[in-house]
Amino acid sequence: MYTLSSKLKLFSIILMVVGLLGLVYGFIAAPSTIEEVRELVAHDNHGEAVEMPLTGQTEDELEDDAKGFDYVPSEHQVETERTDEEVHSMAEDAELVHLEHVLHQLQNKPWAAVYVAAFFFFMIALGVMAFYAVQYAAQAGWSPVLFRVMEGITAYLLPGSIIMFILLALSGFHINHLFVWMDPEVVAHDEIIQNKSGYLNVTFFLIRAAIYIAGWNIFRYFMKKNSLKQDDATDNVFYKKNFKLAAGFLVFFIVTESMMAWDWIMSFDPHWFSTLFGWYVFSSMFVSGITVIALVSIYLKSRGYLPYVNDSHIHDLAKFMFGISIFWTYLWFSQFLLIWYSNIPEEVTYFVTRIEDYGLVFFGMVALNFIFPLLLLMNSDFKRVNWFVVMTGIIILFGHYLDVFVMVMPATVGESWFIGISELSALALFGGLFIFVVFNSLTKAPLLVKRNPFRKESEHYHY
Amino acid sequence: MASKVIQAIYTDDDLLLQAVKQVREARYRIGEIYTPFPVHGLDKAMGLAPTRLAITAFIYGLVGLSVAIAMMNFIMIEDWPMDIGGKPSFSFLQNMPSFVPIMFELTVFFAAHLMVFTFFMRSKLWPFKTAENPDVRTTDDHFLMEVEVANHNTEDLTDFLFNTGASEIKLIDNK
Repeated sequence: MYTLSSKLKLFSIILMVVGLLGLVYGFIAAPSTIEEVRELVAHDNHGEAVEMPLTGQTEDELEDDAKGFDYVPSEHQVETERTDEEVHSMAEDAELVHLEHVLHQLQNKPWAAVYVAAFFFFMIALGVMAFYAVQYAAQAGWSPVLFRVMEGITAYLLPGSIIMFILLALSGFHINHLFVWMDPEVVAHDEIIQNKSGYLNVTFFLIRAAIYIAGWNIFRYFMKKNSLKQDDATDNVFYKKNFKLAAGFLVFFIVTESMMAWDWIMSFDPHWFSTLFGWYVFSSMFVSGITVIALVSIYLKSRGYLPYVNDSHIHDLAKFMFGISIFWTYLWFSQFLLIWYSNIPEEVTYFVTRIEDYGLVFFGMVALNFIFPLLLLMNSDFKRVNWFVVMTGIIILFGHYLDVFVMVMPATVGESWFIGISELSALALFGGLFIFVVFNSLTKAPLLVKRNPFRKESEHYHY
Repeated sequence: MASKVIQAIYTDDDLLLQAVKQVREARYRIGEIYTPFPVHGLDKAMGLAPTRLAITAFIYGLVGLSVAIAMMNFIMIEDWPMDIGGKPSFSFLQNMPSFVPIMFELTVFFAAHLMVFTFFMRSKLWPFKTAENPDVRTTDDHFLMEVEVANHNTEDLTDFLFNTGASEIKLIDNK
């Protein structure tokens, strides 16, 4: 049996408290009026106040504007019938529109930070659940010694998915403005969203979310239960039950996961759609999940709790990390290449905003998620070196956090993004919760399955 | 100089593995082992150095990638930068996404084919090559181990091999 060390417990609680405090600060610091934004923008060293061109204004005239409205250009007279005051008020209107835009973005910022972190850790638990089910359904002979680790990590599925549901419900009740299509005023002026409102309406949205979450958790509950019962059984009836449950879960999962990706991520950009988006999100959660299995196993092994886990098990996990990282890159690139190549305005804006406003994060994350695992885990010997796997694992997890970040942020906070106190606090809060729930759950059952038919093979697994 | 070898034939791969361990412990030199199929762990038991084929494949892959990049950079960007369907051909990076499928394929092509040829050359395999099979049965169901006699006593060596479970033992003049 594993006992939760007091240090780890304290560490996770500190993370949660610090994260919570930081988040409270993030919410308080978010501006609530346009005046505050005006001040923020004025104090901001980086950006000069953005000038909005008026109708019929050229770039040159905009530059002249910057010198003051009294400045009359000599070479190109502005020929309007407007008086100076009218022009002035129009410029003020434009500035007001811009500031309101920034205000919404800044108000969204702490919410989006919470959303990204909550989704990231929830997605790890769900990815591990999928991996666990695959191992059962494939009757894998190497992994049963890791089943209890996986079951421990999937314990976060329940709290994680409930938090996600609460966040979605808060958006649905207009506590925040994360989802544009939930704003009736926006929808009233947007025919594209109107046409999608049969699918994208809050009631149906929350019902769908409840169905996914209920389904995943029910499968998880029964699989864990059967796995524990199998320990004391005299035959393999619970193993067989789990085999069937795993197969059922995988069918349910692949449908609901895809829809979940449309609902919870893709609908941030309700004008945009991509057919492979569901698999793309899946690959991200799958590789993060496998990485976390490897990290937790290595941690427990280093504490002497998993004596039967040998280098070959770690090697296999590292192979999965390597392979699924490349699979993720394949999907990322397939999505990017097709849209970049055809360059259809309705699709390409998605990447235009990401490349223009998030250039470094957007491409940096591809490097982290592809080039690092590719080069670090290609060598067969490196996959058996624990600290090497840990190092690569941390890079992969960071990369996939940025992946979720780049999926969510451009549509919610746009160019006002920053990885600051709110983002790091949210990460600390949910990271602490994740560690606490996972390691607490690991203490609830022995770390080795007793009567799994593949246990012996798994213990002697050697690659 | 006519060196002599003893060919010991085994009928079971477990027996063979056991024999290999005993022969190595007794400090006799194993020349060659012929088996009809890959015997798992034989290379480890014989103490053979691990293959470096994977390393060559990695290098060949890098060569393929370089060839693809150099080729397309020259053709599409430097030599004749044409506007084809509005694709930006001002620099390699701007047009890179459309080159990636070729970069990938050429990397795989070079890595795979050059590695195969490396394998053929290192193991001296080519069409019309005379087979070097000491006993036809080794391609079917027998395992053959050649032990160099060198300056050991032939009698002792034969006895030793017989005790390891060899079903046939032959003394052969090595060409």
